[in-house]
Amino acid sequence: MDFSTLRELAEGNSWMAIWPELSMGCLALLLLVLETLLPRRAHSRIPMVSILAQLGILAALLANLRIPEHPAFNGLLAVSSLGQLMRVFFVVSSLLVSILGRANLPAQGVPRVEFHHIVLVVAAAMMLLVQSRNFVMLFVALETVTVGLYILVSYYRSNPRTLEAGLKYLVMGALSSSLLLFGIVLLYGVAGSAGMAARTSQAMYYPGLAAFLAANPHDFMASAGIVLVLSGLAFKIGAVPFQIWVPDVYQGAPTPVTAFLAVASKAAGFIVLLVLVTQVFAPYRWLVGPILALMAAATILFGNLAALKQNNVKRLIGLSGVSHAGFILLAVASAGQAPGAVGAVYFYLIAYLIASFTVFGVMTVLAGPDDTVQDLGDYAGLAKRSPFLAGVLACGLGSLAGIPPLAGFMGKFLVFTVAFRAGHYGLLAVAIAGVVVSIYYYFGWIRVAYFSDEAPITKVMESRVAGAGMTLRVAVALLAAASIVLGFYQGPLGLLLAR
Amino acid sequence: MTTLPLDPLLLSVAAPLSVAAAIALGVPKRVVVKLAYLGFAVPALVALFAWWSFGGAAKEAHGYAFVSSYQTGLGALGIGLKLGLNGISLPLFVLAGVVGLAAGLYALQSTAERMKTYLLLLLVMQAGLMGMFASVDVFFFYFFHELALIPTFILVGIWGGRDRRYAAMSLSVYLTLGAMLSLLGLIAIYVKSGATSFDLMTLRDTLASRPLGEVTQTHVYGLLLFGFGILVSLWPFHSWAPLGYGAAPSSAAMLHAGVLKKFGLYGLVQIALPLLPLGSFHWAHSLAALAGIGNVVVIGLVTMAQRDLKQMVGYSSVMHMGYAFLGIAAGSVLGVGGVVMLMVAHGLSVALLFLLATSIYHRTDTFDMFQMGGLAQRAPVLMALFVTATFASVGLPGFANFWGELPIFFALWQFSHALTLVALSGTVISAVYGLRAAARVFFGPQTEELRRFSERKPTGDLTWGERIPALILIAALLFIGVWPKSLSTGIDRALYGEPPAAAATR
Repeated sequence: MDFSTLRELAEGNSWMAIWPELSMGCLALLLLVLETLLPRRAHSRIPMVSILAQLGILAALLANLRIPEHPAFNGLLAVSSLGQLMRVFFVVSSLLVSILGRANLPAQGVPRVEFHHIVLVVAAAMMLLVQSRNFVMLFVALETVTVGLYILVSYYRSNPRTLEAGLKYLVMGALSSSLLLFGIVLLYGVAGSAGMAARTSQAMYYPGLAAFLAANPHDFMASAGIVLVLSGLAFKIGAVPFQIWVPDVYQGAPTPVTAFLAVASKAAGFIVLLVLVTQVFAPYRWLVGPILALMAAATILFGNLAALKQNNVKRLIGLSGVSHAGFILLAVASAGQAPGAVGAVYFYLIAYLIASFTVFGVMTVLAGPDDTVQDLGDYAGLAKRSPFLAGVLACGLGSLAGIPPLAGFMGKFLVFTVAFRAGHYGLLAVAIAGVVVSIYYYFGWIRVAYFSDEAPITKVMESRVAGAGMTLRVAVALLAAASIVLGFYQGPLGLLLAR
Repeated sequence: MTTLPLDPLLLSVAAPLSVAAAIALGVPKRVVVKLAYLGFAVPALVALFAWWSFGGAAKEAHGYAFVSSYQTGLGALGIGLKLGLNGISLPLFVLAGVVGLAAGLYALQSTAERMKTYLLLLLVMQAGLMGMFASVDVFFFYFFHELALIPTFILVGIWGGRDRRYAAMSLSVYLTLGAMLSLLGLIAIYVKSGATSFDLMTLRDTLASRPLGEVTQTHVYGLLLFGFGILVSLWPFHSWAPLGYGAAPSSAAMLHAGVLKKFGLYGLVQIALPLLPLGSFHWAHSLAALAGIGNVVVIGLVTMAQRDLKQMVGYSSVMHMGYAFLGIAAGSVLGVGGVVMLMVAHGLSVALLFLLATSIYHRTDTFDMFQMGGLAQRAPVLMALFVTATFASVGLPGFANFWGELPIFFALWQFSHALTLVALSGTVISAVYGLRAAARVFFGPQTEELRRFSERKPTGDLTWGERIPALILIAALLFIGVWPKSLSTGIDRALYGEPPAAAATR
């Protein structure tokens, strides 16, 4: 028998290259082991173990931020500095979701360890997802993420709205996965079919497919495959016309999971999209460019206009998240035409992570017994009762609205600059209209928290604010500070992204 | 480079910001007040120091003195904090320092609720204002403007008077639109010029050797003109201004109308005119028509019809911006120099008027001029100061405003005879509403409402706490009015060194 192929594969394994993912996975298993071994009264301490261990992983990652770009596992993955940055991104997300979950789950009566377990697994899968350079790898990682999120979205299973959200997410997720898969199959099939120029059996790998597409820049089947892959990804990032699930699922999902969906899941989708658009689909710019531009314009307009009339803050943040997806799409659409577009996407995502989790942190504090019902009215008089939380909330919302000196402004500024460079003048006009509209609802929220002097401080708010844990307070304070600092001093991050 | 151990311009930004940070971190109230005095005084002292030593200071390219730069991490994009002052930014830097001090002192003596937060926001605003005029980097110029703008929304929303929520909202939406358009214009200059840096010196050098095409210049200047125009209340995009000023607490109105609003004009004079001369030439006639007929005559007549004192001051400020736009449209060195003088003079006088209007309100409990009258008997000092402020605002010789309006009229005569006559009619209008307001408020018999209010709450003349900030502003107005050369030498040097639109096109 010839074992040379297997040996080659085995020699290509580079387990050390994925130590962060492995340690996240091991940590997830450790949590389950701890749950079986420890007595029941000690279970409430397990989330803290998870948080501290993630801090350790984060520190190790930050110490090794700059690494040379190299493939791992025979090209299934590509490890790079930007990949390291995204690993940090996902560890920070899962860390914050754990912190929010630790505060939110007991209040909803489901203080389970498995929640933290799944969050870790999903985060590890997201890390693999953004570094994958092979469609099989991509799909496996994506399904790990999605299946984990199915469970997380319907976690408060006694709540009918949560169950509805879970069902919707399941159906929509399955649909989008199948679209993506169908697109991949079409691309693989056409790239391998006899009679095509430069046909290849390596079409599952990005470089193989990219070489094939470059040789056949106007093939109909390949175009159909590309459109299907883009549609599948558009579901994940919640871009118009595949945004329909966003408000319901964001409202029904537990608040920490909403944050996870809004930030980490969306970011993973965007990085995959960015890699595909710049590295694989580049010869099909004639097709991908207009699709992305159209989607960006529609997404910005829809997200902002639909958010105007929302009263439930989870729906509001969900729809505003749709509009942010539009702004990021603007940068993705400019990628390849303007230098700095990739850096702009990364910076926008980072600013969005910081600002969103700040807002979600405050939302977790003010969430009532029914997690799905959180209205703007709950925020009336917040500034009087807790200037700290109101200030933090204003930082988060201000950064989302994109006002200086907060990080969100820098994100929008970078996006606008690359869009201008790429010559998307019409899209910029739409984007500016979007920003002006968004000011209305973000300030509306801040206004409720700050300007409603008449509103008496209710007992409900009193008890909720008093119940905010120290970990959560420290976390949101750090996030707000990060928003401010990143707004005017980008330091090493700016240098990393500018390369 | 400066020989001082600490960069004075950075200090003028950092001092109020650090005081604001200290307040945010929860310093006790007694210390807060002392720190706040420091936070407002340091920028003013730095501004006066810069004014005093500017003539002798070593100049770098394009007449900038006190230049220093700092990296913030976006060096690869050509963005970095670069501070410096030239002949055009120096007068405005001084304006920001002086009005900031007056507004700060007025706020400190007021009895505003939640005093700590109030001071915090004003200090952030002050830091933004100083940074805005000290920035050589165009990105940070915009950045500091926004830093000062955001507190305005909150100040109006929390401490505002009548209709404050509506005013805060319309202010936010309008001004965000203006800011966004001008941001796009600034990005357009940077990208289209192909310069490697957002720094104004580099932009000027790049565009001097490779000017943009006429079509591009026209489009980009249009973006900047309307973006900045909304921020400066160019007719018909002015409706936020009287509403916002009517609702804003006095110190915020002083800082916004007096200083922050000059951002747009300053941007046009310092950035748009020298960089896009063909664009400014293309738009000159439309701008002059909008400003001359809209701002000066229409708004002038609207101002005459106001009953509300604070709204009247707000409208008059919109009207005076018309003169500034006319000076920019005229495009000659004389006109643009007049605009810079007028910006300073108007900033000082409108801040003074807002301050006095609030002081009048505290003595009459109304802004409605028909319900006032005869206040002169009870508050002679207030009356004297208000009449002085009105004279200054009308443009009487001896006050700084005169040296702003006169060159603009001369420049305008060369540009268009008809518009000069239109603009001159504005001076009559402003004299009518200014003097009529003074007469309504201070002279004649006391109204019934006023008598009842003064029996309920007897208030005397201006306190020293109110007098000092007012006197600071009047002193500045008179000083510049008597000795305009103290500013105009620097302005001349900056403008003749860099010929604006007229020299390039005719």
